[in-house]
Amino acid sequence: MTKLTRPPGELERDAKNTNVSQNAQRKSTTSRTLRFFATIASLILLFVFTGSAQDDFKAYNQSVSGTTVNFKMMPIPEGKFKMGSADNQKGHRPDESPQKEVTISAFWMAALETTHDEFGAFWTDQSVTINSSVDAVTRPTSQYIDLSWGMGKEGGFPVNSMSQTAALMYCHWLYKKTGIFYRLPTEAEWEYACRAGSEATFPWGDDANEMSKYAWFKGNSKSKYQKTGTLLPNTWGLYDMLGNVAEWTLDQYDSAYFSKLADPVRDPLASPQSRYPKTVRGGSYVDGPENLRPASRQYSEPAWNKRDPQFPKSRWWLTDAAFVGFRVVRPVKQPTAEEAEQFFKAYIGQ
Amino acid sequence: MSADKTTRRDFVKGGTLLAGGLIAAPLLSRANYFSGAADTIKIALVGCGGRGTGACLQALLTKQNVKLVAMADAFRDRLDSCYKQINADDLTEWSGNKGNVKNKIDVPEERKFVGFDGYQKAIALADVVILDTPPGFRPIHFEDAVKQGKHIFMEKPVATDPAGIQRVLAAAAIAKQKKLNVVVGLQRHYQNSYRELIKRKDQIGEITSAQAWWNNDGVWVRPRQPNQTEMEYQMRNWYYFVWLCGDHITEQHIHNLDVINWFKGSYPVKAQGMGGREVRKGKDFGEIFDHHYVEFHYADGSILNSQCRHIPHTMSKVDEMFTGTKGKIFCGEGKITDLKGNVIYQFDMKTENDPYQTEHDELFAAIAKGDYKFADAENGAKSTMTSILGRLATYSGQVVEWDKAINSGLDLHPKVYDWAAAPPVLPNADGLYPVATPGITKYA
Repeated sequence: MTKLTRPPGELERDAKNTNVSQNAQRKSTTSRTLRFFATIASLILLFVFTGSAQDDFKAYNQSVSGTTVNFKMMPIPEGKFKMGSADNQKGHRPDESPQKEVTISAFWMAALETTHDEFGAFWTDQSVTINSSVDAVTRPTSQYIDLSWGMGKEGGFPVNSMSQTAALMYCHWLYKKTGIFYRLPTEAEWEYACRAGSEATFPWGDDANEMSKYAWFKGNSKSKYQKTGTLLPNTWGLYDMLGNVAEWTLDQYDSAYFSKLADPVRDPLASPQSRYPKTVRGGSYVDGPENLRPASRQYSEPAWNKRDPQFPKSRWWLTDAAFVGFRVVRPVKQPTAEEAEQFFKAYIGQ
Repeated sequence: MSADKTTRRDFVKGGTLLAGGLIAAPLLSRANYFSGAADTIKIALVGCGGRGTGACLQALLTKQNVKLVAMADAFRDRLDSCYKQINADDLTEWSGNKGNVKNKIDVPEERKFVGFDGYQKAIALADVVILDTPPGFRPIHFEDAVKQGKHIFMEKPVATDPAGIQRVLAAAAIAKQKKLNVVVGLQRHYQNSYRELIKRKDQIGEITSAQAWWNNDGVWVRPRQPNQTEMEYQMRNWYYFVWLCGDHITEQHIHNLDVINWFKGSYPVKAQGMGGREVRKGKDFGEIFDHHYVEFHYADGSILNSQCRHIPHTMSKVDEMFTGTKGKIFCGEGKITDLKGNVIYQFDMKTENDPYQTEHDELFAAIAKGDYKFADAENGAKSTMTSILGRLATYSGQVVEWDKAINSGLDLHPKVYDWAAAPPVLPNADGLYPVATPGITKYA
């Protein structure tokens, strides 16, 4: 594989630049209002709005000093696409329409789903507290049982069974470590990247029989997730967008979301309102082809953690959602330190 | 006491005609449930930690007419935090349904009991008690709940030493005589996949060996705080003290050992094994081991290989597996295969239930109907004893026989429960606790 250069001067920047004072973070948890979420939503749009024509908008590898984390980020160019599916497309469901013309600003997206190895570097980072209710970056608790369910942990298997909070906390940790703002994709960004220009039922066309070449799903997974990046990527170099583990997005799930969007619309996001339901995309190793369409939408629900016997239930782990994972994106226009902390506070709550 | 059954049914019929309060009074004197107004089932929670709070909510979310009337915990802050959480305005994240259970909670200040002896008063006020303290206290609490004639939900394990096991077994026999429903939180017995697998266990012929795993990173630690007495410190950081917890082979691995006993239909006759602490050392970790590997022998010659480990970054697995003369059962996957690996049964994981809710649903449904259906205490005690047998084997390095161990009289508990009293194990000048040494430590 070609060695890809990283954008100069961006990586391994001193994390100090991005720290805001602990006191400021501790001050208040009272600001979680709708008004605040609206601000955050517009901030996200702002981050991705500007700038994509830089010369350094290329694939690069992100490492994290002091760890073995090293993952590849692919450039996703600005563009327009039809989000959702036509009413007459095979497998169409009502929450995938009406289709809207969506413009997506440029961003980078991880070529692979985040792995246990990568997430483990965060989870075992001794410099970070565990399950603190005040520290902005804090580590997940131990799992009471093994939530990889024996499917594999080392050597490139996707990390799974985490809440959206845990996935975003990993992003916050990455930000603290690298100075680069990573987050989960919006639902729109995810679908745009998955389609990579295709309007067909699947990124490769309409033939479900092709699926085994690109995706781990019910038909070939033997009920287990598989190592990331072992099948074919889409035309933008993204592996396992469909299948393997379903992927968290930022969006609150709303079955009527598309009908509420303007047409055309740019960089839409359904702001966070409540813990459930949040949108996940891509389907997983337990799903049939009908859930592995770029347009297919799934969502989290309390049943995903039904076997957590404690109250309050874990904010980190899900006992009954072995099929959920995530991948990170990096908006081209990076937020200021203050904006970034506001973002994480809005989603994580501290 | 089948008379109770009749009374209850008649009562329900009558209740549809009359205001419940009018006929409640005669019931007070005889029924060991429904001592309250109308047909409300009164609940007392003893042990208000994270699991106790969860169990309490599960009880309050059953379809029956229930009311929490009393709470007890050794610590005021734990009780308060539990009370606040169960009174949440919205329990969607817990139950999946909007709404709350505030109208099922009636615990004024005078029915909140704090300290070592609060349990007795709380139990007295209820029809059903939920026993969820650290396991070391279970024999005392269970005994008292049976004595007071209450139905019981109690968490596993049910004791931490053979003396405690004997107390639970004796009380279990009385509970049977009194027809008190007792459910033990070995929730795999209430889980759809396990219930389907055990129905089909004959498909693998005779079970010749079994394996059980609880390998993961370990649990929480509560570091010592200034001004704590030694007793308070141990009560807070209870997981790391054998008299309170039983070691992780008892506190967690019991789930897997119990499944093996359940499918075998018997309990081991002896055990030998090895264990120690390799990684989890130091002042914060009391006296328990971080790994145990035990070979349990059953009377028919079959062997259970059991491993449990609390060491981060090692292979994690929580599961059970059986090998029989005709096939294998893989519990975690809900799968039965023949000896060549061909799948002969696969449980549909989409039909898995929340067994923690089911155990309460079934218990409270039985109580509401006046049925006597559940007598889990004896198995709970014997599966707990299985885990203790394993611990005695790893601590001593000897072959430990069931009959000898269970009758050993080994009692790890303090004479006095008081914040100022000395717990049964104490740290040395460096703050470290004595840890079992195989070959030197005697098991009984």
